[in-house]
Amino acid sequence: MVKINGELLDVAGKTVTEYLSLTDYNTKRIAVERNGDIILKSEYDTAILCEGDIVEVVSFVGGG
Amino acid sequence: MIPQKEEWLAALEKRHGKVLQNKISNTTVAICGLGGLGSNIAVSLARAGIGKLILIDYDKVDITNLHRQQYKACQLGEDKTNALRNNLLEIAPYIGIETHTTRLAEDNITTLLKDADFICEAFDVAESKAMLVNEVLEKMPEKYLIAASGMAGFDDANLIKTRKITSKFYLCGDGKSDVNDGIGLVSSRVMLCAAHQAHIVLQILNST
Repeated sequence: MVKINGELLDVAGKTVTEYLSLTDYNTKRIAVERNGDIILKSEYDTAILCEGDIVEVVSFVGGG
Repeated sequence: MIPQKEEWLAALEKRHGKVLQNKISNTTVAICGLGGLGSNIAVSLARAGIGKLILIDYDKVDITNLHRQQYKACQLGEDKTNALRNNLLEIAPYIGIETHTTRLAEDNITTLLKDADFICEAFDVAESKAMLVNEVLEKMPEKYLIAASGMAGFDDANLIKTRKITSKFYLCGDGKSDVNDGIGLVSSRVMLCAAHQAHIVLQILNST
């Protein structure tokens, strides 16, 4: 299981891109952090989510 | 009568203590976007006697800005960078201010932000916020990054929070109130979020 934004999800083995495709996130409006480090945008296609990973998808909305 | 620098600094040291004030006075904060968030962050940090602010915005003061941004009606049409610099120096005449009247983008981020200890993301467009955050986290991971997401509308003030995402990346806001949902930006709530951003800078300085 992978903990994403506090929720345990059965997505270990998927790439970040594969996980994101299951969600409503707009990839132009997010930053993805795993176990304390940023996952680079250029690595979304290759970075594989692992069992026990703690992931935070920071999604930005407009206004400032 | 404008106080001498020594008097001004002594008053700050009396409030913050000499040790903390010394840290504040030696800190550089870049503020990316000088709208409702950025102009209010700047005022808070200027009042605290921050060493130097790097102010970045390409835009000019517009009448629609006056309800929530730290500009005056007589400044309409001026570059936000210059207008804010003048307003800040009236408040805190001895802080350092560097301005860049330009659009921050992938190709100038590292140059313009290289001297900053803290970077405050204060844009209004979600894609710009995400771009800056990803760029800074990738290319300048040594810097503190304080971003904001979700402060539009009239929802509860208490939903605005500061969250620590990684060791040097903090996110302020309620995470969901999107100005594009037609709820507008309300001065008090935007200022709350800006205050969270300015406050975490001072809190980090106080605790490190």
